[in-house]
Parts: sequence; structure tokens; C-alpha cells
Amino acid sequence: MRKRRIIPGVDPKLLIKDAAKVMPDPGRRFFLRGAASLGALTFLTGCDINDSFSAESVLRKISEFNDGAQALLFSQSKLAPTYPESAITKDFPFNAYYTEDEAPEVDGKAYKLIVGGMVENKKTWTLYELYALPQERQITRHVCVEGWSAIGSWTGARLSDFLKHIGADTRAKYVWFRCAEGYSNTIDMATAMHPQTQMTFKYGNEILPVKYGFPMKIRIPTKLGFKNPKHVMEMHVTNKDLGGYWEDKGYNWFSGL
Amino acid sequence: MSAQTADGGAVIHPRWVRITHWINAVAIIVMILSGWRIYNASPLFEDFDFPNEITLGGWLAGALQWHFAAMWLLVINGIVYVTLGILTGRFRRKFLPIRPGEVAADIKAALTFKLAHEDLSVYNAVQKLLYLGVILCGVIVVLSGLAIWKPVQLQELTALFGGYDIARYVHFFAMAAIVGFLLVHVALALLVPKSLRAMIAGK
Repeated sequence: MRKRRIIPGVDPKLLIKDAAKVMPDPGRRFFLRGAASLGALTFLTGCDINDSFSAESVLRKISEFNDGAQALLFSQSKLAPTYPESAITKDFPFNAYYTEDEAPEVDGKAYKLIVGGMVENKKTWTLYELYALPQERQITRHVCVEGWSAIGSWTGARLSDFLKHIGADTRAKYVWFRCAEGYSNTIDMATAMHPQTQMTFKYGNEILPVKYGFPMKIRIPTKLGFKNPKHVMEMHVTNKDLGGYWEDKGYNWFSGL
Repeated sequence: MSAQTADGGAVIHPRWVRITHWINAVAIIVMILSGWRIYNASPLFEDFDFPNEITLGGWLAGALQWHFAAMWLLVINGIVYVTLGILTGRFRRKFLPIRPGEVAADIKAALTFKLAHEDLSVYNAVQKLLYLGVILCGVIVVLSGLAIWKPVQLQELTALFGGYDIARYVHFFAMAAIVGFLLVHVALALLVPKSLRAMIAGK
């Protein structure tokens, strides 16, 4: 049991504030403060502020447990509902951790998708070659971790076909994606092999615009929006969880729908 | 069940009711406060969000972690409570029957501050209605929550609620109903302290 102590003359709120200052990442800092706000309770009992840290680590552990629970619930044959064209959301929202005019401009002519890790054929792929892959269209619902959702039309190649094509070891645990702006995602192989998981080249009837992830987005209708990387430059088949931009900050890793 | 305590006197709330009640109290408060923070990330109503100071989690990811941790506590504890409530016959004994005439009479009595609270082991018609109602809201809040958490894997459930977007509203209003119940419930428990004692000590 942790020893409780009350430091005379020290305002626990200020103490938290000071502790928060040394936390490098603003996300973690806010989280810490919030965890502490549970706690007028904790303040009153004079608990060591380290209790907030342990609350954070317990919650992370439970989030990892939830990854496992979601992987169990995930079924490769369960398809995300599809919608008629009339259901498509007008002005499908742009969403990122940067503004729309900051979205990376990738030169389509020079683009070469890098393929690495546990695959037999590591040749790079030009857009011309990628566009030649058999493609299909899906009208599915994009669900954001914030709660809103929007229905869009995406056209592209099945990731599962592509992975087989390049001789990927599909017994590997993960596929990792690196994006032009420094964003990244790691997804589980079961989801990568889902028939609706798509290397997307078109939104609606047009080549994928910059705001939706030119030249290639990975559309995963069985996962939350932030697990659908845009401007994908590289994919890596791996047994190591290489994390991702939001996952590393505390969002649930599996984030299945 | 007419169990007696060591110093005599009938037990109003058996131990399992008291334990599940307080576990539920913790779980539901964590769910509500973290849920408010999640709501704020994408409010359903343009002019309404919750003051961040009274929410839990600090930011969206933190709130989601609290929400999806406390959900296990809420659901497992809720299943234990409802199962025992049915199996022991407590629900039937305490909550049924509910007669509309009695409800109307008791509401009138309550509003004129004439509702008697002599015997805590017997619920009046308004209590029966509210307790059963909040249990139903609990079931709805959990099911609608599952519907918006897993709109692909549990898409039949989501469809039952009229789709993802409507399920979000159902989840919100079920929460609002539970909060409304809680305000009345806590106020009355404080007004009738022996009812609070009964939920702690059993009698």
C-alpha cells in the first residue's frame, strides 16, 4: 500500500500543475490533470500524486485487454454495412491533426509505394502500376473516434489481394503504414485481410483528392477513422507492433467497429 | 427473505444488493463523467456541451479509456444484480405489481409532501416505477452503447436502434434519464437518512 502523506502548506492543485509541466506531451499532461480531477477525492485524501500515474497505467492495461476482446469479436466474414449512392454524405468532412491547407502534397508522378518486412517481392510500386490492379467500389460509413460519422464512396484494390500478390507472410501479426506527413498506423493482419480493407485511389468518381489522402489511403470500414491512414508511402509486414500516431498517445490500438 | 441481523431487526437490503448497488454507483458515475467528455468531442446538440471541469479523462483519449474500462464493471455488476434480482424473486416482490391508480395517488402524495416512508422495506408505487424504469434505462444505455461501439460486428443491434446516428441519441437520452433519476434518488436519500443507512448497513 502506498503511504499517504499530507504536505503542509502545499496546494495539491499547484503540485499537480507543476508535475504536469514536466510532462513533455500536452496530451499526457491533459490526461493527467483530468485523471486528477476525478479526484477532488484524491486531493482530499492527500494521496501521493503518483497515484495519477498508476491510474493512467492501469487504464492503458485495460485498453490493451480491450484490444484482445475486440480481436476476438472481429469476424473476417462480417462485412461493414454498405449504402446506396443517395446516402453519401455531401461535403465529406476533412479531418486530421493539421488543417486542410497543411495536408501533404505528394507528387503522383514520382510516387513509389515502398513495400517491406515479411514479403517475398519488395519491388516498389508506381501509381500507374497500382491503378492497374483490379479495383472495386464501396459505399461505407466512416466512424470517427470523436463520435460523428459520414458515408463516403471509395474505390481501390483489396489490400488482401495485394498482400497475396507481393507474397506477404499473412501469418505475420501486423501491417504497418507510414504516411507522407509522418502519420503512421499499425493494424492487425486479420483486419488487413478483411475483404473490405482497401487500398483506395478514388473518392467518388475522381482521383483521391489531397484532402482525402492522395495518392493512396487505406480504407478500413471495420475500424475507426484514425485507423484509416492517408497519403500512404510505405507498408511493412511485421510481427512487431510499430504503433501509430494516435495509438501511441493513448487512443485504443485495435479501435474496431 | 426475512433474515435477521445480529442485533435483531429485519434486513431491508441483503448483502448482494448493497454490494452491487455501490459498485454500480462507482461504475455509473465514471461512465457518466467520462461519457460527457466523449460527448464534447462531437456534440449532438449545437449549443450544448458539458463543462470540461466536471468531466473525467482530461481529453478524449483519456475519457475513452475510463469509459471502456468502467463498462466492464458496469456490465458485469449489472448482470449479477439483474440475475440475482430475478432468481431470488426480489424484483417480483419489491417492484410488482405497479398499478397506475397507485402511481397517480403516490405522485400526488409526494408532491404535497404527504408520501409516507414508514417501512423502508416496502416500496411505494412511484418508487417501484422509478426503480424499474432506471433498470430499464440501464439496459438501454448498455445496448445502445454497444451499438455505437461496434456498428459493424454488432450491426444487427445497431440496426435495431435505427442505425448508428440514432443510436447515439438513444445513448444520450438514456444517460440523461439516468442522471435525472440520480438527482432525485440522491436528494431523497439525503432527505431520508435512514434509507442511506439501510443501503450501507442493511437495515
